[in-house]
Order: sequence, then C-alpha cells, then structure tokens
Amino acid sequence: MSKEKLILINPLCAHYEVEMSLFFELHEFGIIEILTVENSYFIHEDKISVVEKVVRMQKDLHINMEGVDTVLNLLDKINELQTELNNVKNRLRLYEE
Amino acid sequence: MAFIDYYKILGIEKKSTQEDIKKAYRKLARKYHPDINPNDKEAEKKFKEINEANEVLSNTENRKKYDKYGKDWKHADELDKAQQQRQHSRGGYQGQSSSQFSESEYSDFFGSMFGGDGRSRGGNVKFKGQDYNAELHLDLKDVYETHKRTLTVNGKNIRLTIPAGVNNGQTIRIKGHGGDGVNGGPKGDLIVSFSITNHTKFKRDKDNLHSTADIDLYTALLGGEITVDTFTGKVKLKVKPETQSGTKVKLKGKGFPAYKKEGEFGDLYITYNVELPTNLSEKEKELFNELAKLRSK
Repeated sequence: MSKEKLILINPLCAHYEVEMSLFFELHEFGIIEILTVENSYFIHEDKISVVEKVVRMQKDLHINMEGVDTVLNLLDKINELQTELNNVKNRLRLYEE
Repeated sequence: MAFIDYYKILGIEKKSTQEDIKKAYRKLARKYHPDINPNDKEAEKKFKEINEANEVLSNTENRKKYDKYGKDWKHADELDKAQQQRQHSRGGYQGQSSSQFSESEYSDFFGSMFGGDGRSRGGNVKFKGQDYNAELHLDLKDVYETHKRTLTVNGKNIRLTIPAGVNNGQTIRIKGHGGDGVNGGPKGDLIVSFSITNHTKFKRDKDNLHSTADIDLYTALLGGEITVDTFTGKVKLKVKPETQSGTKVKLKGKGFPAYKKEGEFGDLYITYNVELPTNLSEKEKELFNELAKLRSK
C-alpha cells in the first residue's frame, strides 16, 4: 500500500462533518483499516467511497453502526450473487438455441 | 405537469402529524435509499419522489401551501396565487436534504409550487456526485479485440477503451464522469454495463468457445481430415478413426481472449456431429446389410 494513496483522517472529519470516533468505530467493525504513520492516522484512498456511504446512511437513514455493518455485508452478498447470476445466465446461453 | 399527491407517496393521510410524516419518510427512505439499492433505477426514482414529498410535508409552511393549492393547482386563479406564494417562498425553504440528487431531479410540479428546486442541503458537507449508469450494446465480434469507443453521456463525449474479453453483464467504472459533487465534492463515476449479443455460430462460456462440426459417416469410421471454423479463421483438424457422434475435441488457445490478460486465450471446444447418409442406393443398402451381418456374427 503506497503512502501517496493514504489520506489523513483529520481533514476528512472536517470535510464530512463527522467525529474522529466514527473512523475508529468503522475500524473496529472491520469496515476500514486505520494506519498510523508518524503519529497521524490515515485511511486508504479506496475506502473513501465506503466512508461516504456510511455517512449518508447515518445522516439520511439514521442507521447505527451495527445496522450499517449489516447493510454493507448484505450489499456485498448481493453483489456476489449478482455476479454469480450473471455468470449462470451466460452459461445458460450455451444450451439455448 | 401532473398533480403529485405527496401524502399518497408517503402512504399517509392528510391529517397525519409531523411525527407520522417523519416515521413514514424514514421507513420508505430505508427501503429505497440509493445506497441500499445500488444500480436500481426504480428505487432511485421512488427515493426521489419520497424525498420530494418529505421536503414539502415536513415543512409546516410548505405543507400549508400544498394543502391549500395543491389539489386545484390547475385552476388559473389559484395558480396565480401559487405564483405569488412562490415569490415569497423562494430561498426561504428549509427541509431535509439528500446527498444523492442533482438539482434538476425535482419534479416540475415541485418547481411550480415552491420555486426553483426548493432544496436545502444539510450543512456544507461535501459528497461525491451521483454515479451515472449506462448500458453499452456490443456484438461478440466487437469484444474479441481491445478497441476504443466514444460514448455520449449527458451531452459529453467520453473516449472509452474496451478491453478484449469483456463479458456480457460485466460493468466497468470510469472515475469522475458521473454527476457533479455536492457542495464542491468530487464528481461521481460512470458505471458502464455491457450487453453483448452473439450472432456467431460459437457459444461462449467465459473465455472458452463451443461449436459443432458435422462429419460424414465414413470420416467418423475411418478417420480423416476436416476443416473447421475458429473465431478468426479456419483450421484443419484430424479426425481419429471410430469417432463417436458427440465426441468433443479441444483446440487449445483458439477460444476467446481472457479479460485484461494480454496474449491469453481460452480454448475452442468442437463437438462432432456424425451425419448418416440418406437416400441410400440399392448397392449401398446391400453393402450395409453385409456389414450388419458381419457385426452380428
């Protein structure tokens, strides 16, 4: 994981108007990984979209972190099933005239 | 411009309290929120509707206006009054926000009643813009080689490289080509899903291709050489003696290119279909009878 792709958490808190604790909570739930470099906390750039999704779910839907974690897991599962369904559909074409 | 029944959208009655509205909105929002229903256009549409209904009904002032003029908005006199109201309410509206919309996504009805998009955003939180979804229809032959295409999305041309071997139903994400960010946030992404139609004689299973080849009885029995089609041309194939109908042979590396693995190809599977001769002559029947006798001994 290259350092250029790491983003400091502090400015993100200001950006999304959230507490630092949110990031630690996300880390505890295994949703993101917090990295410490020279006493500063970072997250990987790729995780920004997940953080945004969580912020939206909390602000728009008032879902607590347990709920958010469940939703994210279910969405992953849906995504996997969707890919599998797609593969099965493509394989079924083999037997269609 | 059709009248929109915001109460019906939220599934509540006209006499509902603010608490009922909040409860109904939250229940529907949890069901139709775009983050919970990715790539679901129907859910997205529904969420926009319930969000609009909530923005009107959760605000006492706007709810009053909607209750007074909403039903009879088609009548000119009242429309005039609504227009007057619109001048007063412009810019003064406060409602709950959603980070998912662009300004144009409010209905015309909403605009006519409340002016502009009537939208207020919660604080100055910056969010990435909405992801746009597009479907690209291609022929199987098109995706045999990596090529470039120009897509027009919302009036903008996007040059896109389509890697060889892309699969039907597969999606690719193009960063920064979606909707504008909220409060100066980054742009959303463009998600392109591929719909690939196959007009060839080959059937595709990921990187492998399948086809059938007809061989005559004598080649099947005695062996020989046939010419078969591959995706890119023809190859000569040796048929072993006593080949059964339905036998499958593999032509290594003659299948479809593997997605994002340059130089790697799947295999081509050919199933033999033995064609029996028809319209036999008397002489042929005689000879086949002799053969049959030999077999029955």
